[in-house]
Amino acid sequence: MMSVITEIPTSAPPIAALQPERRSRLYWILMDALVIAKRNLQHIPRIPAQLLDVTIQPIIFVLLFRFVFGGAISTGGTSYVNFLMPGIFVQTLVFGGINTGVGLAEDLQRGLIDRFRSLPMARSAVLAGRTIADLVQSVLGITVMLTVGLLVGFRPQGNVLGWCAALALVLLCGFTFSWVGAMMGLLAPNAESVQAIGFMAIFPLTFASSAFVPTTTMPGWLRAFTDHQPVTAIVNATRALLLGQPVGTSGWQALAWCVGILAVFAPLSVSLYRRRTTR
Amino acid sequence: MAHQRSAILVEGLEKRFGTNEALRGLDLVVEEGTVLGLLGPNGAGKTTAVRILATLLKPDAGRAEVAGFDVVTQADALRSHIGLTGQYAAVDEYLTGRENLEMVGRLYHLPKRQARQRADELLARFDLADAANRIAKTYSGGMRRRLDLAASLILAPPVLFLDEPTTGLDPRSRMAMWDVIGELVAGGTTLLLTTQYMEEADQLAHRIAVIDHGRVIAEGTSDELKARIGGERLAITVARGSDLDTARRALAPYGDGEMYVDAARRTILVPVANGARLLADVVRDLDAADVHLDDFGLRRPTLDDVFLTLTGHMTTDDEIDRSSRKQEAA
Repeated sequence: MMSVITEIPTSAPPIAALQPERRSRLYWILMDALVIAKRNLQHIPRIPAQLLDVTIQPIIFVLLFRFVFGGAISTGGTSYVNFLMPGIFVQTLVFGGINTGVGLAEDLQRGLIDRFRSLPMARSAVLAGRTIADLVQSVLGITVMLTVGLLVGFRPQGNVLGWCAALALVLLCGFTFSWVGAMMGLLAPNAESVQAIGFMAIFPLTFASSAFVPTTTMPGWLRAFTDHQPVTAIVNATRALLLGQPVGTSGWQALAWCVGILAVFAPLSVSLYRRRTTR
Repeated sequence: MAHQRSAILVEGLEKRFGTNEALRGLDLVVEEGTVLGLLGPNGAGKTTAVRILATLLKPDAGRAEVAGFDVVTQADALRSHIGLTGQYAAVDEYLTGRENLEMVGRLYHLPKRQARQRADELLARFDLADAANRIAKTYSGGMRRRLDLAASLILAPPVLFLDEPTTGLDPRSRMAMWDVIGELVAGGTTLLLTTQYMEEADQLAHRIAVIDHGRVIAEGTSDELKARIGGERLAITVARGSDLDTARRALAPYGDGEMYVDAARRTILVPVANGARLLADVVRDLDAADVHLDDFGLRRPTLDDVFLTLTGHMTTDDEIDRSSRKQEAA
């Protein structure tokens, strides 16, 4: 055993010490987050499940609701595809939050978080980088959906200003739920349980909402929930903005939900991350 | 940075996880440019100690200084002066070898070009240049460990922590890793290395601290420890049907210290000097006493032997700190 020969030279010169660059704290908070975001985006084409998330899955979803369920759902004066698309956008982004948690849990399991925490990088970067990357991934998914939606008859009747406002709201919503997912990822024992817990939490939130059907047909006890939860507010605002309908108070409600959830979950997650190691 | 000869100074470190006291007053000193081998079984507290020194965990009591920085109050500044390679190769499986090193370089706050140059330099040095553009998922265990080690060397930090760097590697990869580590030490890096293998500590460390239940129970050079533990042993497993006591009596004249008899495993350990020359005589005497053997051999001291001598008990796997096992399962 002692006579095994290796190809590694035994007389290589020592590795020269390097000095890190000195910049402001704010600069590194941003740069470190972007380095991590880049890393997570590099994963998308290399992990089949993630690639499917932004390609086949959104297409199937749009087609399923448009052609299978769509005919049986009455949405008053609005065509079902117009009613549906804003709901699907929001639903995709809310579910995207689970990805954030699963990814974090996997990094914890593989010991990568230990490595990151031993580096002189900004403490917020791993979480911020991942939420940014997940947002970009969701936007890719939405782009695919929008394309398919337009092909199957989606006609947003609003104006450019409304579309931009809708986009901004949808992105904020994705960012918000990404932090909710991040906290699940930091609390859960492994990636599988994030998947399970996340699904159980997010499923009623998106389906017991105005995303796919008008809530007016639901029984009163259910409406008490559906009409007063964040996804319904966000979907209603997005729908109104995209279709050029009156937004009413839903816009402010949506904004308040997002900001409120973010204000709780983002600092909590960062604080959990600081203390959490692989163990 | 305070000027000091000790690169690592640990005083009375304590850490508890729930009811499990992982560290119970750990003291260590590692002089600049030397290697300390932290030797102990699973769950002895090795990983906890490394995590505290690498700023990943906060101690409950005691203090520690690394490269002149306090690991708690100056943790942020310290991180640019240390490198950590954990028990499980912490590489991103879906990035290529080069992308992994570039990313870590950027996170050590090197400018882009410098990060790329250092990545190439380390890939070449660790025999990974050919695999530089393959994702790490396709790497062998040995390659992943080398990549992980390379990542902790981006800045060529003065102090390096290696937590069980060769656990789970095949012998060939282990040798390659030893060569790489030997080179670093020759270059003047201060190293704290944890291991379960006596042989590894022997090979790489200037001094060895034996750790059990969160405390150092013996410390010294490899030769000093061996002098305490003794050299070679005859390890004999007596076949069923032969008498253990008869075997012990036949072996008594050869012993160079106290014999250890494990009745359950029917094993006898006999410390011997010049064991190889005695082998033929021992076999003859046992045969004459009508003792039949299942196994017979000459053994160098192992971690088990160190423990047996120092603590009077074998390393016990079931006392393992559960959480560190959980990680293994993951």
